[in-house]
Amino acid sequence: MRQKEQSPPPSPFTPPSARLRHRKHTKSQEVFPDVSKLNGGSNLLVDDQNKYRSMWVRTLSSFWMLGGVILILYLGHLYICAMVVVIQILMAAELFHLRRIVHESKRLPGFWLINWYFFFTAMLYVYGRILRQHLVNTVTSDKFFCKLVNGLFKYHMVICYFLYIAGVMWFILTLKKRMYKYQFGQYAWTHMILIVVFTQSSFTVANIFEGIFWFILPASLIAINDVAAYFFGFFFGRTPLIKLSPKKTWEGFIGGSFATVLFAFMLANILGQFRWMTCPRKDLSTGWLHCDPGPLFKLEYYPFPNNIAELLPWKGMWISPVQWHALWLGLFASIIAPFGGFFASGLKRAFKIKDFGDSIPGHGGFTDRMDCQMVMAIFAYIYFQSFVLAPGSSVEMILDQIERSLSHEEQQKLYAMLGQIFQDQKYGYM
Amino acid sequence: MDRDNGSGGPSTPSGPTARLRRRKGSTEVAPEVETNGDRLLLNDRNKYKSMLIRTYSTVWMIGGFVSIIYLGHLYIWGMVVVIQIFMAKELFNLLRKAHEDRQLPGFRLLNWHFFFTVMLFVYGRILSQRLVNTVTMDKFLYKLVGRLIKYHMVTCYFLYIAGFMWFILTLKKKMYKYQFSQYAWTHMILIVVFTQSAFTVANIFEGIFWFLLPASLIVINDIAAYIFGFFFGRTPLIKLSPKKTWEGFIGASFATMISAFVLANVMGRFQWLTCPRKDLSTGWLECDPGSLFKPEYYTVPQWFPEWFPWREISILPVQWHALCLGLFASIIAPFGGFFASGFKRAFKIKDFGDSIPGHGGITDRMDCQMVMAVFAYIYHQSFIVPQSLSIEMIMDQILMNLTFEEQRALYTKLGQIIMEKQFGES
Repeated sequence: MRQKEQSPPPSPFTPPSARLRHRKHTKSQEVFPDVSKLNGGSNLLVDDQNKYRSMWVRTLSSFWMLGGVILILYLGHLYICAMVVVIQILMAAELFHLRRIVHESKRLPGFWLINWYFFFTAMLYVYGRILRQHLVNTVTSDKFFCKLVNGLFKYHMVICYFLYIAGVMWFILTLKKRMYKYQFGQYAWTHMILIVVFTQSSFTVANIFEGIFWFILPASLIAINDVAAYFFGFFFGRTPLIKLSPKKTWEGFIGGSFATVLFAFMLANILGQFRWMTCPRKDLSTGWLHCDPGPLFKLEYYPFPNNIAELLPWKGMWISPVQWHALWLGLFASIIAPFGGFFASGLKRAFKIKDFGDSIPGHGGFTDRMDCQMVMAIFAYIYFQSFVLAPGSSVEMILDQIERSLSHEEQQKLYAMLGQIFQDQKYGYM
Repeated sequence: MDRDNGSGGPSTPSGPTARLRRRKGSTEVAPEVETNGDRLLLNDRNKYKSMLIRTYSTVWMIGGFVSIIYLGHLYIWGMVVVIQIFMAKELFNLLRKAHEDRQLPGFRLLNWHFFFTVMLFVYGRILSQRLVNTVTMDKFLYKLVGRLIKYHMVTCYFLYIAGFMWFILTLKKKMYKYQFSQYAWTHMILIVVFTQSAFTVANIFEGIFWFLLPASLIVINDIAAYIFGFFFGRTPLIKLSPKKTWEGFIGASFATMISAFVLANVMGRFQWLTCPRKDLSTGWLECDPGSLFKPEYYTVPQWFPEWFPWREISILPVQWHALCLGLFASIIAPFGGFFASGFKRAFKIKDFGDSIPGHGGITDRMDCQMVMAVFAYIYHQSFIVPQSLSIEMIMDQILMNLTFEEQRALYTKLGQIIMEKQFGES
């Protein structure tokens, strides 16, 4: 994960270097390039050749990424999770490495091991919590595995805690005189990285198992926002948006917002019609899914009012309730998610780095791709949990628990106790 | 949350410097370089004076602590919140550089914005159920609270995002690095401060016992380590804290475990300490303590000496759990202290603050407590709770997580399921 070599860090605002910046920036940032193209001075020919080449490189990698994502989507929930995990590992590797380069690490062999140790502890904890129920549902057929898995999960928290404590003790015992500040800095940096990486990926995975729809829609909206803002900025961009990212413009921002919200509305309609996307997966199998998608995804016909209907060839539209939710997601993706990109830009400027890595030719590293996605994934999860999740589901969950873990006699006992409580409450209110 | 003045340092290597180091009573960390052994007389007077100051503050802290325990769960929670605010304030101030700060007015406000957002989030989660239980009598409040809790996560998220956007919009050229460091530092502080206090509060409402016992064990461990080190200390334990010794460490471990065993017995007999509180009231508590706190009688084995007054010992099952807590408190919790010492050395600071005369700041007092509180919570959740009946757990869930209508719906459906089963079996 080397840094990009072709760049002496630019001083952002002087005009002659604008063209240089432009050439370099097209290769290394997901941020829309090209406002400076409108202000470019002479040397357009040289500009043009490099511009097309770098755009070609970017397009090629974009297509590869898109193709890979579609393939994984087709394969299913488990593979998407695996993809998320892989992306996570790569992001963490980039970010761990970054700090080491910014403040070179020397006389501490094996210190990087502690980073990865904490990474895997965090992974065990986070995915253990999220996928606990799914894992249990997968092994219900086998008595032995069932017991084993249940036993493991009962002590899951303790196990992860002791692993973490062992890591902390290891850290303390390897503190070396005169390296204290560096080591503590690394420790804090590790924690920040892990928090950032794991919060968003855990929410992403939780969303995936609620239905691929809730993963693919937010992710696409971010990509669409990027592309739309780029094009609007390309054609109409004049007013700079924020000093942190000098190539973004207000025109791109607003145009991108409109396009994103519109796309959100339409995309939700299209995606909502596939069972593969909308059905939640309750276990870790990989086969086909059947379910009743629920009233959220049922299309309803809305006829247009008469005066409009005369102008358009269609008499009405099919709209599913989920499209209104998608509007909110689109709004968030266009207005607030770009701040994730600004944050990453600011971070790069603060530590004078060009890119987080260079795994993806033309785009930079994985963290460069994922910075807006992270903000969006968290919002999508929280939105889903607060506004979409049907209120009856907690009743379902508890009923499930009752059926699974209590014997018949215990169920009857519970029933009797509940009845008693309701009686008391009734009399208490009267 | 007090440590005795003894922890000014279980002392160690012999020589004139040893006494000097001990006498600098104000930090738990050995001061950097003290090699002048010729001012002994002066230092003697200072030693007694500083020990007196430490004793005063300790007595005040213990007194305040005992009265809060007497007042109850809600007040203990209030105390935890106040301690938290002071800790956060100390830590926020620590790495701030006055020069840069002048150019960024309002940046401190951002820290406190994040602080209160996290506080709302954490305590909202932990205490939401109990809040609901408190207002069940009033229909209007009940609805209001229910609605607030439903959108609690979104509210906190948007508050956080607002802070995030505020941060980005106030980034100033040439101050980027400072601002990002402050941002990261704020997050680390909040995580450290709130994890342990969240777990502490969760423990408190499960029963004051689960808060008081771990906290006391840390204090006892400190004092015992000091005393053992004072009398027997010779071999240094770790370079980070040169005043700690192996003798102090091992002696303290034994003492802690024994006192854990005894203290659990003593504390377990008070219902005020062992009953969980299901709502936010402040009145007296009554409950069935559960099998964990019921004494079991063991006859003393034959080989015990004649003068032993009791022929029968009553042991509460919880005492065995207390042994595990004691083991952790003596062996692993001191690493919290080492971490804080290393941290102070790394950033060349003497104390985290100076709120407590003779002891340093509040963070100095709380560093081992933090590690212990988290462990106590996790231990409680993993080993204590599942031993209760599953019916109790599910009952709790039903009463706590569902609204009235949902409870009725569950009741009806459960009835149907049981009916079907009965028909299926007959």
